[in-house]
Amino acid sequence: MAHTITVNGTRHSVDVDDDTPLLWVLRDNLQLTGTKFGCGVAQCGACTVYMDGQPLRSCSMPVSAIGEAKITTIEALAGKEAEAVQAAWVKHDVPQCGYCQSGQVMSAIALLKEIRKPSDRDIDLAMNGNLCRCATYVRIRAAIHDAARTLEG
Amino acid sequence: MTAHDISLSRRNLLKGAGALVIGMSLPQAGRAQSGAAQVFKPGGAASFAPNAFVRIAADDTVTVLVKHIEFGQGPFTGLATLVAEELDADWAQMRAEHAVSDPKLYANLAFGIQGTGGSTAIANSWEQMRKAGATARAMLVQAAAEAWKVPAAEIGVEKGVLKHASGKQGRFGEFAEAASKLQAPAEVKLKDPAQFRLIGKDGATPRLDSLGKSTGKAQFTIDIHTPEMLTVVVARPPRFGGKVTSFDASEAKKIKGVVDVKQIPSGVAVYATGTWPALKGREALKVTWDENGAEKRGSRELFAEYRKLARTEGTIAGKHGDAEAVLAKAEKVIEAEYAFPYLAHAPMEPLDGYLEWNAQGALARLGSQLQTVDHMTIAKILDLGPEKVTVETVLGGGSFGRRAQPTSELAAELAQVAKAIGPNRPVKLVRTREDDLSGGYYRPLFLHRLRGAVKDGKITAWSASLVGQSFLKGSPFEAMIKDGIDPVMVEGANELPYEIADFRCDLHTVDVGVPTLWWRSVGHTHTGYAVECFIDQLLQAAGQDPVAGRLALMGKQQRLANVLKAVADLAKWNGPGPVDGRARGVGVVESFGSYVAQIAEVSLGEGGEPKVHKVWCAVDCGVAVNPDIIRAQMEGGIGFGLGHALYGELTLDQGRPVQGNFDSYRSLRINEMPEVEIRIVPSTEKPTGVGEPGVPPIGPAVANALARLGRERPLSLPMVGGTV
Repeated sequence: MAHTITVNGTRHSVDVDDDTPLLWVLRDNLQLTGTKFGCGVAQCGACTVYMDGQPLRSCSMPVSAIGEAKITTIEALAGKEAEAVQAAWVKHDVPQCGYCQSGQVMSAIALLKEIRKPSDRDIDLAMNGNLCRCATYVRIRAAIHDAARTLEG
Repeated sequence: MTAHDISLSRRNLLKGAGALVIGMSLPQAGRAQSGAAQVFKPGGAASFAPNAFVRIAADDTVTVLVKHIEFGQGPFTGLATLVAEELDADWAQMRAEHAVSDPKLYANLAFGIQGTGGSTAIANSWEQMRKAGATARAMLVQAAAEAWKVPAAEIGVEKGVLKHASGKQGRFGEFAEAASKLQAPAEVKLKDPAQFRLIGKDGATPRLDSLGKSTGKAQFTIDIHTPEMLTVVVARPPRFGGKVTSFDASEAKKIKGVVDVKQIPSGVAVYATGTWPALKGREALKVTWDENGAEKRGSRELFAEYRKLARTEGTIAGKHGDAEAVLAKAEKVIEAEYAFPYLAHAPMEPLDGYLEWNAQGALARLGSQLQTVDHMTIAKILDLGPEKVTVETVLGGGSFGRRAQPTSELAAELAQVAKAIGPNRPVKLVRTREDDLSGGYYRPLFLHRLRGAVKDGKITAWSASLVGQSFLKGSPFEAMIKDGIDPVMVEGANELPYEIADFRCDLHTVDVGVPTLWWRSVGHTHTGYAVECFIDQLLQAAGQDPVAGRLALMGKQQRLANVLKAVADLAKWNGPGPVDGRARGVGVVESFGSYVAQIAEVSLGEGGEPKVHKVWCAVDCGVAVNPDIIRAQMEGGIGFGLGHALYGELTLDQGRPVQGNFDSYRSLRINEMPEVEIRIVPSTEKPTGVGEPGVPPIGPAVANALARLGRERPLSLPMVGGTV
């Protein structure tokens, strides 16, 4: 059946089964492919988007449950936290294969919106749902600290 | 045999294997050339293509066509660095993209066919890419000389600008068209290393792919979307070697979006308008499997068989002196038996591929790591001449060896699903994490039985028996097997870097119906652990320090000794400890011609689990082309190696894979990643690879630290939660 959802500020109507995960609506119907598939069971974080500003594993959220919530994907990131995080990611050359990094960036921005100056422990707690098989973790940590310094001004 | 000889023999063997591949399936290899120039889409109107690797556009961009797949190890940046150095380009004008498949133009010079592996990307491109850059530079200079009517020798190039003492200057783009009309010089002179301003310079060559990968813009195979494309998933047998008896697709076809269901050699393919309907369709499919020929042994049974075999005489893989005689007379024989589970590569992007075809030709796009083998496989299955097939390599979301398939299983399945639905129906084959983890092609399960003797503080004998599967056997790379020894099963174990008077190593090669494959650092994944744990145990029994004791045995291994000294210096080594509950362990392994030593600082954390606080790492990989990529590969190699040593295990229960997703196939997370400090040991030797050599030392380094915390060195991996 048809579902109307708000993604990146635009209303979209998609004709898919109720149980279709948001991830596949974003990727297959809306061609927003920055959000990645990694596990399908909310174990890896590659599919992280924001629902009303909060991080959400889109692989495990059926489209029928979105309702009026506003979805934001990596394609529509804006604001000083996003700029600081993405600039730090580039400065530290964080990505290797890069496949998980959309999700890492989404989680890192959400962390910095919540906690201006995260400790290593804060980073562990906020980021340990995001797997990176290349193990770029040393640089993810360094880039988050760096972005926090940028935001401090 | 020196490390150099080892890499040389590997190269020769691979070369032989490469010729075999081409000879077997490509009678007209030359005709498969797909003409990179035609496929290339230049950034500006006029474009200068001095050779197969470099394109200079009127908009001043320099694009390097990279013959190796970029899946994180950095060949885009690395090969562009080599070109830019000799071209005297400005790094900001450099771009990189994958070259299309071409077995001749884009052959890996270490293999003889196009492909990436064995940490060879930089090593085999070192001269080729610099020559490509130097050729382009010479032609641009000549074009400028003709335009300015001055001698070419008077023109200098600096950061992408051609300059003459008269004050004339211009950028590459201005001369691209004129240069494209010139003959390429037959010989070019390469720079003296003292003149390098990019190679080896920290901060000079930031990665070319970081921005796209930090903004979600980088395109992977799974992101391909074309009109009329069908998404395909395949139901595969629950046990390896199973076959389809029959299937009922009536329920599957009722799912909205399911277009068709077809049997293919590897299972039953479900075609749909999107991923979710395809998955739902597969769920609704009823398949009866014929498991008569399937492998039904589990990991437990295999280990029991391997342990028995290790007590019998195997095929000798290395020997000097008479280890058995010394062991027979020894007062005390020290023994250890190390068990290594199957491991999955589990790249973050499960394998996938895109293909469109008709009688005129085929276009395949996938994260191909052995392009030539994939190219020929697709051509054969679709019954098209290789010259009608184009294979475009796409960024791979990780590989760790999984995408380099001598059997081309992915490309074959891709071609089969495309063939089954018929021409002019583009298909995207996708696999889920469960498909990936239960799909085989694992690092083989291995057993090492080691026996050694110590007398008067000296190691007097070493005997090793290895038991495992050969994935080269029966593959197009079988020519690498010599005298019954598959070299990648015993590399690192049949020749030790330590001088021990009486030594032997034998091998049992077992046939098991589980498909296996090289996995980041290949044989060294298990031999590095067994050798470095056992030497440490013997040194401890001999009352020697782990660093000094190793150094005393490394007579001719100067580069290996140097990295061990470097890491000891970096870590301010003062014995293994423990100090305040933390002990330090050492691991040092040469692999793929690169030398890596690591020291891990470990304590016992919650529930007695090892907690790795810090890892010091020293690496000698010859000339360090991109120092920061080398550091990144060491960091990543340590994390990858550590995660699997601690948690990684793919268990078979009665032949069925147990772990289905990341909830059970535990992978290292950020809170488990240690701090890492790296020293790159300066070298003027030719560069060698770094994609794999960071992996082997970390497991034994952690085990050796545990041995100083009152634990045994783990005899069975993984260290945490092992089930067998």
